[in-house]
Amino acid sequence: MKSLSERPVNPVVGVSVSHESAAAHVTGTALYTDDLIVRNSNVLHAWPVQAPHAHARIVGLRTEPALEVPGVVRVLTASDVPGVNDAGIKHDEPLFPSEVMFYGHAVCWVLGESLEAARLGAEAVEVDYETLPSLITVEEAIAAESFQGNRPTVARGEPDKALENAAHRFSGEFQFSGQEHFYLETHASFAYIDEAGQVFVQCSTQHPSETQEIVAHVLNLSSHDVTVQCLRMGGGFGGKEMQPHGWAAIAALGATLTGRPVRLRLNRTQDITMSGKRHPFHARWEVGFDDDGRLQALKATLTSDGGWSLDLSEPVLQRALCHIDNAYYIPNIEVNGRIAKTNKTSQTAFRGFGGPQGMLVIEDLLGRCAPLLGLDPSELRRRNFYEPGQSTPYGQPVRHAERLQAVWQSLTDRADIARRREEIAKFNATHPNVKRALGMTPVKFGISFNLTAFNQAGALVHVYKDGSVLINHGGTEMGQGLHTKMRQVAATALGVPLSSVRLAPTRTDKVPNTSATAASSGADLNGGAIKNACEQISSRLAEVAARKLNIHPDDVRFDDGKVTGIGFHDSAMTFAELARDAYFQRVSLWAAGYYRTEGLHWDSSRMQGEPFKYFSYGAALAEVEVDRFTGAYRQLRTDIVHDVGDSLSPMIDVGQIEGGFVQGAGWLTLEDLRWDASEGPNRGRITTQSASTYKLPSFSEMPEEFNVHLFERATESGVVYGSKAVGEPPLMLAFSVREALREAVAAFGPGNCEVDLASPATPEAVFWAIERVSAPSSSSSSSGDLVASAPRSAQ
Amino acid sequence: MMDGIKVTVNGKVRDCSGTNPHTRLLDWLRDEGLTGSKEGCAEGECGACAVLVARPDGADRSRWTSVNACLPPALAFDGQEIITAEGLGNVSDACTPEDLHPVQREMADRGGSQCGYCTPGFVCSMAAEYYRPERSPAQEDRETGTAVVGEEHATDHECGPNGFDLHALSGNLCRCTGYRPIRDAAYALEAPLGSDPLLDRQNRPAPAAKHTRISGEAEFVRPHSLDEVHQTLRDSSDVKLVAGATDLGVEVNLRHSRPPLVLAIDRLEELRGLTFDADSIEIGAALTLSEVERALDGRIPLLGHLFPQFASRLIRNAATFGGNLSTGSPIGDSAPVFLALDARVALSSTDGEREVPLSEYYTGYRQSVRKPHEMLRAIRIPLPLAESTAFYKIAKRRFDDISSVSVAIALQLSDGVVRSARIGLGGVAATPIRALATEEALIGQPWTSDTVAAAAVVMAGEGTPIDDMRASSLYRSAMLRQALLRFHAENAEELEAAK
Repeated sequence: MKSLSERPVNPVVGVSVSHESAAAHVTGTALYTDDLIVRNSNVLHAWPVQAPHAHARIVGLRTEPALEVPGVVRVLTASDVPGVNDAGIKHDEPLFPSEVMFYGHAVCWVLGESLEAARLGAEAVEVDYETLPSLITVEEAIAAESFQGNRPTVARGEPDKALENAAHRFSGEFQFSGQEHFYLETHASFAYIDEAGQVFVQCSTQHPSETQEIVAHVLNLSSHDVTVQCLRMGGGFGGKEMQPHGWAAIAALGATLTGRPVRLRLNRTQDITMSGKRHPFHARWEVGFDDDGRLQALKATLTSDGGWSLDLSEPVLQRALCHIDNAYYIPNIEVNGRIAKTNKTSQTAFRGFGGPQGMLVIEDLLGRCAPLLGLDPSELRRRNFYEPGQSTPYGQPVRHAERLQAVWQSLTDRADIARRREEIAKFNATHPNVKRALGMTPVKFGISFNLTAFNQAGALVHVYKDGSVLINHGGTEMGQGLHTKMRQVAATALGVPLSSVRLAPTRTDKVPNTSATAASSGADLNGGAIKNACEQISSRLAEVAARKLNIHPDDVRFDDGKVTGIGFHDSAMTFAELARDAYFQRVSLWAAGYYRTEGLHWDSSRMQGEPFKYFSYGAALAEVEVDRFTGAYRQLRTDIVHDVGDSLSPMIDVGQIEGGFVQGAGWLTLEDLRWDASEGPNRGRITTQSASTYKLPSFSEMPEEFNVHLFERATESGVVYGSKAVGEPPLMLAFSVREALREAVAAFGPGNCEVDLASPATPEAVFWAIERVSAPSSSSSSSGDLVASAPRSAQ
Repeated sequence: MMDGIKVTVNGKVRDCSGTNPHTRLLDWLRDEGLTGSKEGCAEGECGACAVLVARPDGADRSRWTSVNACLPPALAFDGQEIITAEGLGNVSDACTPEDLHPVQREMADRGGSQCGYCTPGFVCSMAAEYYRPERSPAQEDRETGTAVVGEEHATDHECGPNGFDLHALSGNLCRCTGYRPIRDAAYALEAPLGSDPLLDRQNRPAPAAKHTRISGEAEFVRPHSLDEVHQTLRDSSDVKLVAGATDLGVEVNLRHSRPPLVLAIDRLEELRGLTFDADSIEIGAALTLSEVERALDGRIPLLGHLFPQFASRLIRNAATFGGNLSTGSPIGDSAPVFLALDARVALSSTDGEREVPLSEYYTGYRQSVRKPHEMLRAIRIPLPLAESTAFYKIAKRRFDDISSVSVAIALQLSDGVVRSARIGLGGVAATPIRALATEEALIGQPWTSDTVAAAAVVMAGEGTPIDDMRASSLYRSAMLRQALLRFHAENAEELEAAK
């Protein structure tokens, strides 16, 4: 077998190509789940009855009035469920609840001939609630000791002793917000009974196999009775990893009960009020440094706000604990994690999957402590980088740790930092009301699912007699360019031009038992499986060609649709001719490919092992300008150096880096999820439940100058064609923006003062931070007590 | 089918008869199988639904205008011409690069799409700017590739070297790309070829407005004349006037309002005048903000400050000042500006017309002195204008956000003394208000730091701001204070620069 990372001559991977659906995107002809409705007839539309309480028992449910509304066909309730009334895999998420667990929880669903009929039907349903006490904020949950799931600890060394002996010791508390995915395409499912009597579900899902499993268990069917297809998603970002299942099951239930196609598409408000988000976290920490600013010890407790059910909260918390070190060696450490149970949406996967939250804690800590240690923050960071030979707190050697310094140095040179620091100092000296600053932060992110079993994938590759190739794999396309990369991998492995390879939509009857397209692993896993399938085929074809060319099969070369022997420079035959010959010689032209990531082990009870195949590295430098009058700011320039191994598809990878960065900056600066935490009648209601109140980055938030550089000579052995995952790590490059804002705020103060900045660092938050540093008393905050106190009107 | 409702989409006439008055253009298009336009938010914030409409550009020409399809009723497009992303290129299954529209080609080649869901909307917004007649290559700042026009802090005037105004895309959101490749695509566009049929279409008048009249459970009527509007307002108690539908659309989509009678007034010539005379400028209520912006061409600097900060280009292409003032939201951005301009509103009805100072117009939350049978016909701005003006919008996001606080300031200074002061505030009370106490603290005083510092304290006490998801009340009050300090600081810089 060929090496996984080795590239042939003339590879199609590594070439910059447009997204494989780009022409369909720009002409509006790319189809998404909800675009299929108009291609079907007799479709029913679903609308939820959403509870107006954060926590309540349902004591009466009368659906008859809905049935009197013209156009209403059926109301789906718990009594309609033939199988298991559960939308998840942990059996803590009833599909039709008897107890309302969050404001907006769907009690039942109305099916109508039109969306309007279904909506009016839902308005007519009568529900009696007995309200119950609720917990909305994470502080309330901590006070009430309301936790769920396991409580992992990552530990090494003797943190207590090391803290006692540390030359400098600080402690603090930090609470930061979650994030709404705001994929432009809201959740959508479309279910019908197909020609063969199978339940067929078109679904915007990152995890078709699990959608299939849950539809099956709700309907009391076997998996082979249900097929789930995902054409493509209009964005996922983790929000469609676990969340779509229940809604797919509602649509499928409606289809089986009525015999008609059922469409369930959440509108934006329903999507925001019902679907899970990035976990907000609360952190309490104590840290010790030596006189040189080297980390000696860290003790921390991270409390994530899991919302009403577990969903993916446990693995998200695990990843947070496994990333609190970010790029830094911490010899003595103890980090405890716990998951608050609150009456909110059930928080879920979101690009980074807890990694960003863990890393934000240490980056905030370093940003706050640097002035107290008398060090430049970027120097404090660099000084603590992992060195080759060191291991993470969970016992994994840090492979390629030297790349941290190399990436950092490359960025320092490319971004012309020394000159710009001088310019900024000059600018700030002459601008009392505007300050500029740089922020520079590293990323080290572990690649692979923490749970070892998920690190496998399958693919199906067909070569037809005419030489055309059709590939199928278990991964889903949500805009990240996975399908583009997979076509490039297949074209490379078979030695055919890209145009010869067509990719068929992801569906569970083609490749079964797939993992979610998540954890940045889509290209690593599915690429491995596709390459494996292609190589099975090409080794068979090589034998056919060898016989014809009268050479050894090892000497056959496949390149750009031509098949030659080693040393034969004139084209002996085309790939299509060879495929036809193979058919007549009764040689199989298709193969199922399989891949499992080698060398992983993880003991989640001890939180020790080597859960990651490798680490992705990167660093970013952000320059911001902050206005004294309002706290408003602009991102003037961002420079990034990021390690994607040998890129499979450079334009796609740069797109992931830029997009991840801006999305991360959105989380840290602009996107401000609010729940009504008052005791009023709307307690528990999300107050930012639309695009007019929840603001994501627009053109005005992109860095005005944006330079992304892919780290060179970065081959990752043991990964498909030497590449690295790219989906999640760049999000965390955005810490640089937050740290630049912190520096700019400091520039309004007396110098060397600690800056406490809320997250998200909205203009208002920045304004209050400036007020604090410019208030006369602020310079005395060197007591080591860094408790945050940003004014916030609502949680 | 002489009487049917016909809409021309991508050059093909489609029958829109039988469509419910509350069916939005977007849903109708999608039901017709044109699923390129998407719903991302249903409130005109994300632009995934954007399409092009041939709107009048004077009497003889038309202009491809980008609008959100998720807000207006489909019936409002009776007789009109629409282009969607599907209609821009020469679309077929096996699409070659040559089949794509230049805008589509740049977007595809430069990685402007990732998930692709927002892309058709971006393409339409970008195409409107591509065809904008005034777009021409900028001269300055070749070396950075961006030409920043206007005052130092205002990247509110970001233009590419090809004259592409980035604000054309301010109403389109992308969650995937981080925008850089989209900006690159926009800035790479050349001038349209002379043979381009869509360019040529702009040389002919826009389709005339049809006098659509649909009755049923709900009625949709496009009246012939202002008199007919007055009469309907007199005769019926529950009439919803609609121009750009940027407010009504949100009511319909998010709050499920289903008004029984909708009167479309956006094409009534009586409401579309912009007249200048010696002592005032009158703006017709049904001109879109984009139309007013073009027609004024900077003649009212304070409005010039407002335009780029008012929602997005997609919204400004449909929204009207008449609508913004009539809905009377305390966070509508035009009211503070018109308060500072000392504007008056003309209220017309079967009784005739009366003028009311805007400062006396609002009586409570979304309430005014306008009687149920009256309508806002025009806004009159007295001349001469105060010379020192500013508009400050405090929001989380610079493009297309809703104000936490907005402040419009118009001062007349002479010999270092404040001769007159008018300050309009939004977001700090149940209605837009004048900062009367602050004005009083300024008028007659020397324009000095001391005066401003004292007045800023008064300013911070104006209104009764609340805490909500946009901002805390403390921040709102602080922003009032800061606005005056900032105005003074900027004014001082200007005076310095003028020396």
